[in-house]
Amino acid sequence: MKRTTRGSADAHYLTMFFAVLTVVTVAGFAMDFRPAVVTPHGRSIDGLINYLMVVTGLLFVLGHAVLMHFVWKYQGEGPADYTPEKPRTQWLTALIPVIVMAGIAEVGVLLLALPVWGELYGPTPKDALVVEVTGKQFEWIVRYSGADGKFGKTDPKLVDDAENPLGLDENDPAAQDDVVKRGVLTIPEGKPVAVNLRSLDVLHSFAVPAFRIKQDVLTGFTARAQFVPEVAGRYEIACAELCGLGHYKMRGFVEVRKADEFVKWLADQPGMFE
Amino acid sequence: MSDAHAAHAPQSFWSRYVFSQDHKIIGLQYLITAMVMALVAAGLAVLIRIQLAWPGSLGIMMTPETYIAIVTMHGSLMVFFVVSLALVSGFGNFLIPLHVGARDMAYPFLNMLSYWVIVPACLLMLISFFVPGGAAAAGWTSYPPLSALKEAVPGSDWGQTLWLLAMALFIVSFTMGGLNYLTTILNCRAPGMSMMRMPLSTWTFLISAVLGLLTFPALTAAAVMLLFDRHLGTSFFLPSGMVIGGKVLPHEGGTPLLFQHLFWFLGHPEVYVLVLPAMGIAFDVNSAMSRRAPFGYKVTVVSLLVAAVLSMIVWGHHMFTTGMNPYVGEYFSIMTVLITVPFAVIGVNLIASLFKGRIKFTTASLFGLGLISAIGLGGFGGLYLGTAASDLYFHETYFVVGHFHMMIGVVTFFGTFAGLYFWFPKMFGRLMNERLGRVHFWLTIVGTFATFLLMHFQGMGHLVRRTFESAYDFQKPVTGMHYAITFFSVMAVAGQFVFLYNFFRSIWRGEKAARNPWNAAGLEWTTESPAPHGNWRGPVPQVQRWAYEYGRNGHAEDFQLQAEPDRVGATEPAAH
Repeated sequence: MKRTTRGSADAHYLTMFFAVLTVVTVAGFAMDFRPAVVTPHGRSIDGLINYLMVVTGLLFVLGHAVLMHFVWKYQGEGPADYTPEKPRTQWLTALIPVIVMAGIAEVGVLLLALPVWGELYGPTPKDALVVEVTGKQFEWIVRYSGADGKFGKTDPKLVDDAENPLGLDENDPAAQDDVVKRGVLTIPEGKPVAVNLRSLDVLHSFAVPAFRIKQDVLTGFTARAQFVPEVAGRYEIACAELCGLGHYKMRGFVEVRKADEFVKWLADQPGMFE
Repeated sequence: MSDAHAAHAPQSFWSRYVFSQDHKIIGLQYLITAMVMALVAAGLAVLIRIQLAWPGSLGIMMTPETYIAIVTMHGSLMVFFVVSLALVSGFGNFLIPLHVGARDMAYPFLNMLSYWVIVPACLLMLISFFVPGGAAAAGWTSYPPLSALKEAVPGSDWGQTLWLLAMALFIVSFTMGGLNYLTTILNCRAPGMSMMRMPLSTWTFLISAVLGLLTFPALTAAAVMLLFDRHLGTSFFLPSGMVIGGKVLPHEGGTPLLFQHLFWFLGHPEVYVLVLPAMGIAFDVNSAMSRRAPFGYKVTVVSLLVAAVLSMIVWGHHMFTTGMNPYVGEYFSIMTVLITVPFAVIGVNLIASLFKGRIKFTTASLFGLGLISAIGLGGFGGLYLGTAASDLYFHETYFVVGHFHMMIGVVTFFGTFAGLYFWFPKMFGRLMNERLGRVHFWLTIVGTFATFLLMHFQGMGHLVRRTFESAYDFQKPVTGMHYAITFFSVMAVAGQFVFLYNFFRSIWRGEKAARNPWNAAGLEWTTESPAPHGNWRGPVPQVQRWAYEYGRNGHAEDFQLQAEPDRVGATEPAAH
């Protein structure tokens, strides 16, 4: 059948578009804009993401190669030179994406992701430093339990944004040595840390991209995020749940210090009511 | 039969064009309403893009609270009042009776009501910009406590209430429509039209209707409870101990998590309600344009059903970071990634449906082909988000924004455009201009693909969603892309004005179309273009085959209409 010039131009441009799209997609993902990762579980997550990039990248390229081939080869006007496929062929062909996708997807979830998930939500290591971080419009407030190792009682009625942002109960002996810091979570390098996460008002989400950590915070519920920061330095905390007009600037910091430096630093911090 | 219907044909302007009970007019009313709402929603998108590329350039017109209200309303309007309205309500209404061989929907009066309930819903949404506190600003997802407490953000004053009332009306309208679709498809098919002879688009409308009917009630419940929390002092979603503006709030006993479960129980199936009809339309359009039947019709039907069923049991993948039970999270992850399976089958079938075809390039087929690529790009991204551990990184970043825009922005719009260019003759008896169509297509495909692909890269850099400005150093490597994205998104929006001009001009000045300008085989092409009131002037056709009888088999024509005398060598799958 005769190919009309109109059809040829469209086929040409569409095939070119798919080709450019494929190249840009693969190149863009390969450029890897992820911030450097500094936790072991974070490296596992990155490994999982790499696996997904390779696998979906291959399938994406393959799929578009076939699509481009068909668009180019079968362009034209007039009747198609095809005979309908037998039902058997149609069902058997379907088996290929079924097996491939189920395999790829569940290998990812069960083999690569499940262990990380288990580590994140599993039991907290006994030697973990437990800290508390509370999200509120629009900042993060950090609390350490102090020498007594116990977090004091809090009461929302006692909240005073200037003097006592967490509403610590002065009458509770456990609260006397609690250390409260605004906006900066200081932790030791190389040791497991468990962060108890709360909210004072609406939903927020404690996210530290460099640690590959993200946990929503709700009022009335204590969530936990746990990780081991391996490299000393300063990292950003982002709020990852829309919380109002200051959501975009609800920025905090994690300061990871060398272990002995941290011990000295913490000892120097005054307790809330001392 | 036909005379009786003709005798009841509406006479006055009001009963013919305003309060019409004719499914074709109602379908067009929905489509045009969707176009109007799309202009608003696209305008909001452009404002977002200007703010992101040039922060502060809009001065006092764009404060942080205005920004999140605009983000909220852009999403809310697009999901419900543009895509659902155009694809599900617009095309569903226009096509279903024509595709199953019925003169109209089962309940024409209810159908008319469903449109006239949508109109106040649209108005409420639009009015909400002008009430005290402005439009709702808690995201299209409306999570409490932010959406429950007016102290938490200005939009949670009047704006959120109007949003909830508009959504309630939307759900009423969708329910009416869904009942009509279900009943018409099950009960009003023409003689000979078995379920397995229906076009794939009809299957997708059926599935979307059932999905919506089953899952919207959860959102209705959530909306009612949220209204109660907002106005009647209840605490469905509000726990004790909240301190806002220095005041301890009196609520007790509720949990925000409950809202999220209820919302996403609807929210996830909702996006399949939107995507499936786009794919169904693509099968219909592509088969006519490539002169061959879809590959794997039965397999596709099964895959659509599997995808729909799975869609109802995976909603928790929107909640991986909430702190819900990790075993529950793992379950949701295992099930969610299984959805790639039916989608992969459908994608393969869409591609295989070109094999040994003869592809005629028209604007309709270009969009139908572009849709296949969009499913690939968007669909694969779903794996990163459905796998719980990787979602921990990507949640609430632009990776999510890029992913869902590819699926419910690009796939759906491409399906809508393929359908509009293809069925325009059936609607108006004319053809849309193909040169303008090419301009529309290229501005759209380049603009949208570039925009949303780049957003995936920004997501790799953990650019946080719903942020007025970038305040984080870690995302600096990817904020430069804002300029390119803004450029391409404006390109895409500009393309739509070409389309709108083409659409409306062609209604009156388009080249007159033959009855079946594409030589397509579906039942709708056995009647005139435009289709008359009552759909067929004579008796309703006796259906003899499926909707995709393409192929020569030694005859003069390479297709056979769905209702015509039989001929030897029918390609329809074995007897039904």
